[in-house]
Amino acid sequence: MNILTLVRQVPDAEARVKINAQQVDLEGATLVIDGMDEYGVEEALRLRESGAAVEQIIALAIGPKRNEDALRTALAMGVDRAIHVETEDRFDAVTLSRVVAQIAQTENVSLILVGGQEADWDSQALGAASAERLGWPQLTWTNELNIDGETLTGRHDVDDGNETFRATLPAVVTTQQGLNEPRYPTLPNIMKAKKKELRKDDPATYGLQARVRTVNAEIQTRARLNRMIDGKDPQAAAQQLLELLRSEAKVIA
Amino acid sequence: MILIVAEHTAGKLAKSTLEMVTAARDSGREGPITLLVLGQSVAGVATEAASVADQVLVADLPQLATYNAEVWAAATAQIAQEGEAHTVIIGGSRSGREYAPRVAVKLDAPYLEDATRLSSNGAALQAQRYTYLARVTETVEAEGPVIVVTVKPGSFAPAGAAGVAGDQYDVELTLPAPRVEVTGKSVEKSSRVALTEADVIVTGGRGVGSPENFSRFVEGLADNLGAGVGATRAVVDAGWRPYAEQVGQTGKTVQPKAYIALGVSGAVQHLSGMGKSKNIIAINKDAEAPIFKVADYGIVGDLNEIVPALIEASKR
Ligand SMILES: Cc1cc2nc3c(=O)[nH]c(=O)nc-3n(C[C@H](O)[C@H](O)[C@H](O)COP(=O)(O)OP(=O)(O)OC[C@H]3O[C@@H](n4cnc5c(N)ncnc54)[C@H](O)[C@@H]3O)c2cc1C
Repeated sequence: MNILTLVRQVPDAEARVKINAQQVDLEGATLVIDGMDEYGVEEALRLRESGAAVEQIIALAIGPKRNEDALRTALAMGVDRAIHVETEDRFDAVTLSRVVAQIAQTENVSLILVGGQEADWDSQALGAASAERLGWPQLTWTNELNIDGETLTGRHDVDDGNETFRATLPAVVTTQQGLNEPRYPTLPNIMKAKKKELRKDDPATYGLQARVRTVNAEIQTRARLNRMIDGKDPQAAAQQLLELLRSEAKVIA
Repeated sequence: MILIVAEHTAGKLAKSTLEMVTAARDSGREGPITLLVLGQSVAGVATEAASVADQVLVADLPQLATYNAEVWAAATAQIAQEGEAHTVIIGGSRSGREYAPRVAVKLDAPYLEDATRLSSNGAALQAQRYTYLARVTETVEAEGPVIVVTVKPGSFAPAGAAGVAGDQYDVELTLPAPRVEVTGKSVEKSSRVALTEADVIVTGGRGVGSPENFSRFVEGLADNLGAGVGATRAVVDAGWRPYAEQVGQTGKTVQPKAYIALGVSGAVQHLSGMGKSKNIIAINKDAEAPIFKVADYGIVGDLNEIVPALIEASKR
């Protein structure tokens, strides 16, 4: 079986997000492989290590040239090869699922792993939309996964708790915290990754047309009061806080 | 028509459904507001739905007794097509955001996900949504004969009843067999107010120190204030508290009137789940903790001293 693991490159959580000409500007920001996608990469490697019949693990990124770094990280973690659909254009998740579905077919993939909600577009749509295009079932917010032959079992979060499940491959799985603890690439593996295949695909092949336009972007922070209370006298601080909550914020009776 | 898929639990319409009705009214899109009720033994839900919608379509079927992404997507897409809906609104719950993309693909429609505001601009439907771990507010737009939208819970005021009750119609559906078999289920139960409904939330972070302190301080204060209890991921990972209480990127998104953070550093992944709270109150011994940057009221100090004083002072 071949596994496709999707990789987005996102700003590091601590990086400041900048807006330029009403759009998010990532110039100069520290970019990393998305934390949720990293769970997917790690899980693919673990499935192979646990004895599942995994032939190839392929990482896929769609985005600007700098996404090569995220793919190199995935290669250094242990995936076998990478595909980069290089484009400067911004596409919504449902549009991008066309690429995912086509690559899954041409690469004979039977399991797709993708982050439950990546830290750039805050979208949960890529896994589900790819599954629909392929006619596959999907398991979202998965925090435990096992493969036995063609059978997937595991656990995932749902609206009111969590469920254990059983499904048959092919399938799409979106990943979530608790699934695993991603490994750090070691220096020898970083060196080895340099020799692994990183194929460039022409976005034109996929005939993409963005369906959702970004009109503008703003850093919209609610103005906060930032009223600081000295905690040296705990009793007085507690009284003062409760008073503020009662009379000013009016949130408690 | 505007098609809204009703969310309901235990035979009652969910608040999110009323929020979606407001979203539909705000959207500037024309045509009757139609609620689609999917489920089994949903007559009561349908009647409730009729009080806020122009019409209600009811599919009361054993195959719809439990939610399944492929089944819900098929049902919604079929009704949208037959009813020639130009706008399909689905809840931004975990399940809604799971099957809505499938509906968009089936209808070959653009998808506006997790909208916090909706408006029309000529032929385009515009939606506001949060991105970059909720640090950015983006306005996105799409056009087309049909557009699929999910609406973020808690973003719209719940709609009140319309003057006249809408008509109810039964619909026929051709549904696929579910391919994901649910082999077990564990439901989150809490004796306290649900986090997503609570007006006040008290959240404990690693700074609380231990599971025992969490019960004493966080639950103690929450009980006095009639509040819900939240936790950071650090606390959940340490096994002090259940995942159901986690607030943040990978936990719940909450928007209470007051969010009281005890010993919480304020990492962006945590802020992305609570940063839109009306009032944020933080108690942390580190004056440099990032949580103070988003706080309305902050106490710099040791929570071991301040929280007992707060609990004492807030005794009802
Ligand atoms: C992909 C991904 C998803 C994530 N999702 C989430 C999520 O959903 N929710 C979430 O919360 N995190 C999430 N995180 C983790 C997040 O980055 C932080 O690690 C986490 O929020 C830190 O929790 P904390 O504030 O409790 O602990 P810490 O960062 O350890 O902070 C403890 C705080 O307590 C203070 N303190 C200590 N002792 C005292 C005392 N006696 N009195 C007063 N203050 C004291 C300290 O000054 C400190 O600020 C995620 C991370 C990743 C990578």
